[in-house]
Amino acid sequence: MGRFIARRLLGMIPFIFLVSVTVFVLIKLPPGDFASNYAAALAASGETVDDTMLAELRHRYGLDQSLPVQYVRWISSVAQGDFGFSFKWQQPVSSLIGERMGLTLILSFATLLFTWAIALPIGVYSAVRRYTWGDYIVTMLGFIGLAVPNFLLALTLMYVGVTVFHTDLGGLFSPEYLDAPWSFGRVGDLAAHLWIPMLILGTGGAASLIRIMRANLIDQLHQPYVDTARAKGLSEFTLLFRYPIRIALNPFVSTLGWVLPHLVSGSVIISIVLNLPTAGPLLLQALLSQDQYLAGAFLLLLCLLTLVGTLLSDILLALLDPRIRFQ
Amino acid sequence: MSVTAAGLPDRAVSRLATASEARLMWLRFCRHKVAMASLVLTILIYLVALFAEPVAPFDPDKANARLVFHPPQMLHIFDGSVIPRPYVNAVRLTRDPDTLAVTYVPDRSRKVYLGFFVHGDPYKLWTVIPSDIHLFGPVNPRETAFLLGADRLGRDMLSRIAYGARVSLSIGLVGVTCSLLLGVIIGGASGYFGGRLDWVVQRLIEFIISLPTIPIWLALAAALPKHWSPVKTYFMITLIISLIGWTELARVVRGRFLALRSDTFVTAAFLDGCSRPRIIFRHMLPAMTSHIIASVTLAIPLMILAETALSFLGLGLQPPAISWGALLEEAQNIHSIATAPWLLLPGVAVAITVLALNFLGDGLRDAADPHAH
Repeated sequence: MGRFIARRLLGMIPFIFLVSVTVFVLIKLPPGDFASNYAAALAASGETVDDTMLAELRHRYGLDQSLPVQYVRWISSVAQGDFGFSFKWQQPVSSLIGERMGLTLILSFATLLFTWAIALPIGVYSAVRRYTWGDYIVTMLGFIGLAVPNFLLALTLMYVGVTVFHTDLGGLFSPEYLDAPWSFGRVGDLAAHLWIPMLILGTGGAASLIRIMRANLIDQLHQPYVDTARAKGLSEFTLLFRYPIRIALNPFVSTLGWVLPHLVSGSVIISIVLNLPTAGPLLLQALLSQDQYLAGAFLLLLCLLTLVGTLLSDILLALLDPRIRFQ
Repeated sequence: MSVTAAGLPDRAVSRLATASEARLMWLRFCRHKVAMASLVLTILIYLVALFAEPVAPFDPDKANARLVFHPPQMLHIFDGSVIPRPYVNAVRLTRDPDTLAVTYVPDRSRKVYLGFFVHGDPYKLWTVIPSDIHLFGPVNPRETAFLLGADRLGRDMLSRIAYGARVSLSIGLVGVTCSLLLGVIIGGASGYFGGRLDWVVQRLIEFIISLPTIPIWLALAAALPKHWSPVKTYFMITLIISLIGWTELARVVRGRFLALRSDTFVTAAFLDGCSRPRIIFRHMLPAMTSHIIASVTLAIPLMILAETALSFLGLGLQPPAISWGALLEEAQNIHSIATAPWLLLPGVAVAITVLALNFLGDGLRDAADPHAH
């Protein structure tokens, strides 16, 4: 097992390198740089733009150097925990992203647990009670969950919140806890607000997981070993949990690798709609204003988050299935 | 008539035995009722997109300051007799004397009659054929009837949704075509040649799949210059979406290639001295078309959702271009949804289309599987 993990960790290194290069290319892709944007903003407000000042600005932030040099400078400081300086906010990037990345992480993992917690029993139910009304209803709901875009669900819930309950469902904290330091009260407040984005974010993933679980379990339910166990007089419930579900769980775990990218991806867009203090809204602003180091830090961390998720799912799978360990 | 063991008449069996692969697939598909219904619905939606100009009752860009946030009007079919004569009640604009807020009150005394193939706003079908005939609309061209309400500039939502269908649905098709080309070429080469190329392609696909798509799309879309023409932006957005969408198709194609490579008919073709391109394009590709069609159908809704999400965030197509995502951008803040919930209706159009395409793709996939029973 240790060897397996070591091998997977080594395999991550080229991926991490590729991610960092991709992110760097992405943030350098827009035409012009921060200095030219800054100049355009100054010109728009009627101020004179001084070329020497712009050159000075470019020099200070290293924007006048060649791209490979800029990349090496950027990545080596990132490796030391310094994500650079946000031009727009005039603050170090790391002070801006800390809590937002943490909340993104909490939201993603809470949603992941929630997704599993509802997809597993419902998937089992609709496989065992195949072609019953319950199965049809669940399948139909699952399809709708897949078809309705997350942000539409968020907008609809906000509309219901305003018209029926007269509250704003957006945000992750009540006003009194918005800028408060962390305390038990603030954690409780977070938990009270977290379930709405969790619900919205989880539906799509849960819908596809239910379908996967149902299909896997149906494949297993008619295997000879199930008949054998039944013939030996095992109760239906014990039988189900001891054998077929354990085997059907296998592909379920391997989906963790792609469910997490979906969740992170979805959290960006619904955070913008619901105005959550997570990575999404700030990333969008940073991209729009070409605040490259801020955007780069978010992109890099979000990609790394999903890479780690893939790694975890592989390790979990290897724990569950010895065949993978000895491949 | 003699009946065989399978319970089918002789003639039916012989017809099945000689039926082409496409015919067998069609027969299997017909048994899937939901998929059949989805096929009909999908064709209807695409027809709306194709003929948006005559289908839309009004010009989608015709603004009217007196009709801002006009609520949807209820369609009545019968007007006091058994012969259908569809109409909507006219609406009167009033101002609250205290708050001065604008409210629309239905005016029961005045009716706007609707008819089929009526004259209305002039348009040019596909920017070429001039006409003013609309599939349906008010009989009197000077009157208005907003079945789905109006937006903040008093433009008809129904007409805007019909025009938006054109952009949103065609992005799905164009994007899938790009993905398909990339997927078939890369996946095919990877599956056919195997070895080191296959290894590299597999790692590349794993890498792309492990990336969170929306942040990457956002970053790519943010890089597009703002001053580009809508057509140019449209193609770039399509390209951006398909850059990530090709992986799934490549996996399907590669898997099929690997399975087919060792099949006897491929060996036979090789022994006959067929060239490589001939083996790939003449023998192997036709054997997997059904799978490719099914995967393509399932990829289109993902493209539509991606475009909707990007345009919704203001990084995809920008107004005055009309797409479902761009229409939903108007519904972004809670204030406008609270005053005009019908602004969310383009989202319903998205959901119905995606649902229909998903069912259709599922049906096609089941039908394409020769081992299904």
